[in-house]
Amino acid sequence: MSAARFVVGIDLGTTHTALASAELDDPAARPRIFAVPQLVARGAVEARALLPSFIYFAADGEGPLPLPWDSARSFAVGEYARARGAESPARVISSAKSWLSHGGIDRRAPALPPNAPEDVERISPVEASWRYLDHLSEAWQAAPESTGEPLGDQELILAVPASFDAAARDLTVEAAYAAGLENVTLLEEPQAALYAWLAAMGEGWRDALRVGDVVLVIDIGGGTTDFSAIAALERAGELELRRVAVGDHILLGGDNMDLALAHQARARLEAKGHELDRWQLHALTFAARAAKERLLGDPSLERVPVAVPGRGSRLVGSTLSDELTREDVTRVLLDGFFPEVAATARPAARARTALTQLGLPYASDAAITKHLASFLARQAGATQELPGFEASTGALLHPTAVLFNGGVTKSPLVRERLLSTLNRWLAEDGAGAVRALADTDADLAVARGAAYYGLVRRGRGLRIRGGTARAYYVGIESPMPAVPGLQPPVNALCVAPFGMDEGTDAELPPIELGVVVGEPVSFRFFSSTVRRDDRAGTELERWSADELVELSPIELTLPAEGRAEGDVVPVRLDARVTPVGTLLLEAVPLEPRVADERWKLELSVRET
Amino acid sequence: MTEPPLSFGARLALAFACFFRVLFDGRYAARVSAAAASAPALPAPEPEPEAAEPNVEPALQLLALLQREGSLVDFLQQDVSEFGDADVGAAARAVHDRCARALSRQARLIPIVTEEEGATLTLEAGFDSAAIKLTGNVRGAPPYRGVVRHRGWRAESFELPRVVGEGDAHIVAPAELEL
Repeated sequence: MSAARFVVGIDLGTTHTALASAELDDPAARPRIFAVPQLVARGAVEARALLPSFIYFAADGEGPLPLPWDSARSFAVGEYARARGAESPARVISSAKSWLSHGGIDRRAPALPPNAPEDVERISPVEASWRYLDHLSEAWQAAPESTGEPLGDQELILAVPASFDAAARDLTVEAAYAAGLENVTLLEEPQAALYAWLAAMGEGWRDALRVGDVVLVIDIGGGTTDFSAIAALERAGELELRRVAVGDHILLGGDNMDLALAHQARARLEAKGHELDRWQLHALTFAARAAKERLLGDPSLERVPVAVPGRGSRLVGSTLSDELTREDVTRVLLDGFFPEVAATARPAARARTALTQLGLPYASDAAITKHLASFLARQAGATQELPGFEASTGALLHPTAVLFNGGVTKSPLVRERLLSTLNRWLAEDGAGAVRALADTDADLAVARGAAYYGLVRRGRGLRIRGGTARAYYVGIESPMPAVPGLQPPVNALCVAPFGMDEGTDAELPPIELGVVVGEPVSFRFFSSTVRRDDRAGTELERWSADELVELSPIELTLPAEGRAEGDVVPVRLDARVTPVGTLLLEAVPLEPRVADERWKLELSVRET
Repeated sequence: MTEPPLSFGARLALAFACFFRVLFDGRYAARVSAAAASAPALPAPEPEPEAAEPNVEPALQLLALLQREGSLVDFLQQDVSEFGDADVGAAARAVHDRCARALSRQARLIPIVTEEEGATLTLEAGFDSAAIKLTGNVRGAPPYRGVVRHRGWRAESFELPRVVGEGDAHIVAPAELEL
């Protein structure tokens, strides 16, 4: 591999993918968005800043879907694939990223598209992700600005949600490797958004951030909502940024809002006696998105008409029309997704069904403000051990500044609603109001920020530290007399503490586990975003339900290496955060048969 | 004559611009090819070949694009006389919304004159008579003083998708068969 010439930031989003690059040798380099050539219609290729994260599989009779670099291709990634999603949805993959982080399925099993006809060869969520990355890689290679240097040779920063657990991060890296992108480092998306802000501010950040600040990043993407808190502290006379908390994985975003508005308009059209087919509903959603952007962007607008063309060539007479009003936006969007709740409000746990696509574990409560209240309450103690920060006296974490990211947050109404709600909570909790940091380009900030991070790593800017955002635990059955009908209680053994930096090891916990030789042994696996003080080896007998989240189990098969099949071998679990940013769990036999014997635990095992 | 060398950034921008222009503009490509073949002597711009058949493919491509994105051809091809304003209005809105989006993505259109319509404007001698049309009581030599009736449009940039594969440009919209 030749030396990297560019640092490349990739935002592999649920609905859009974007790429930014900066030349490493140029000291004045600023990340630039790469316009990704993609099929926008049959036979038409255009370079666009956003590559929709969709794949369409052509039917046999349809002929090839050529690209400039491949004339025989039978599938399409990007805009054309998205457009085909309305016409032929069973052949289109969307939201692969949500499937990738779905702990309830085998993410390496060919399951997508979920309702594909037999002639479509289904692919796994991991493969779908690598196809997007592969498209970027091919497009990059073919573009003049890459000067023909393969994407895989560049220094790559891949942004993932802060709420991704160890298995989802692992699978993302697996997808990157499959696409030939091996020189990759993971970066949390909210951090990337803050890096984009830092890059945009230049030296001006010194006036905008002070020691003692806690920046709350509210990132509302197309499909996911992600919260992070980043504190500014003083270290050796310099300001240091440290990411102190991340939120849970919330499958809720701008797309849900478009759908909610479209359903609103559909109900009215149906009340007038019009039946909408799938294609028309898609067109309505498209129109609702445009109307949403206008109504949210311009508070003086009272109503925006939406029109849905008929299917055939006779447009006039078959076009349905309705309008979305200020009241719809206030009631459905602001009050539905951003209700002015109390700081004690929590997301309802019951599953809603109305707006969800079969199979994905969408957030059961659409109220983003409730998720935010829950995050601030859970993370109330996130800064108390930082030097220079006082222990919190209230019930919430007290941010002092907010950085918005994601398309929906472009709206002044949404920002205003979030800020006023947040400030009310803070005032009630005895804290001062937050200020909003200057906007970055909400659609492209993550890719830009990721590329900028590549420069920061080389000492060209302020770095955000913080290590892993979770502690990890394995479940161990505690010995007790068997009681019929009662599961033996499980203790949680901490194997990887909170805040491990890339490229570091946790100390080996003192507790030994017995592993049966030659057969797969599965452990229950938990993570916590709040237990900051547990060390490797800490064993929890009980915990509250919102402290630890159970993940997919982890699995280990210990080869015999001269031991007898069925023997129980004592091991300790060694946790390491790789330079890439993934968690590596290995079993180290206490009596190794070969030098440095250690066995990798598989993180992303199907839920059983 | 030797020009001073260009900076890398300028070269990158130029290379990028050339890449697309060579792709879409056959005549330009031929000139670049000729220039590359005889690098020292930049050939003078050739005289336009006389009365070549116009290349309609990019026009068809634009038509297909506006049909695809906003059903423009459907709208224009339909006889609207039998419909009331409400129906025409509803359809026009759907077409306008989508075509406007598509147009703004492909083209950057700016007014030719910065003055508002209704404002007075004085044109000195040597103004661009292709960009500004004189109407009304046109007499004598410049300077001309008049009222801006239409600000005009200039396409600052215009891009068409790159054609790949062996498609038939004459298919403005494929027929659809739902299975």
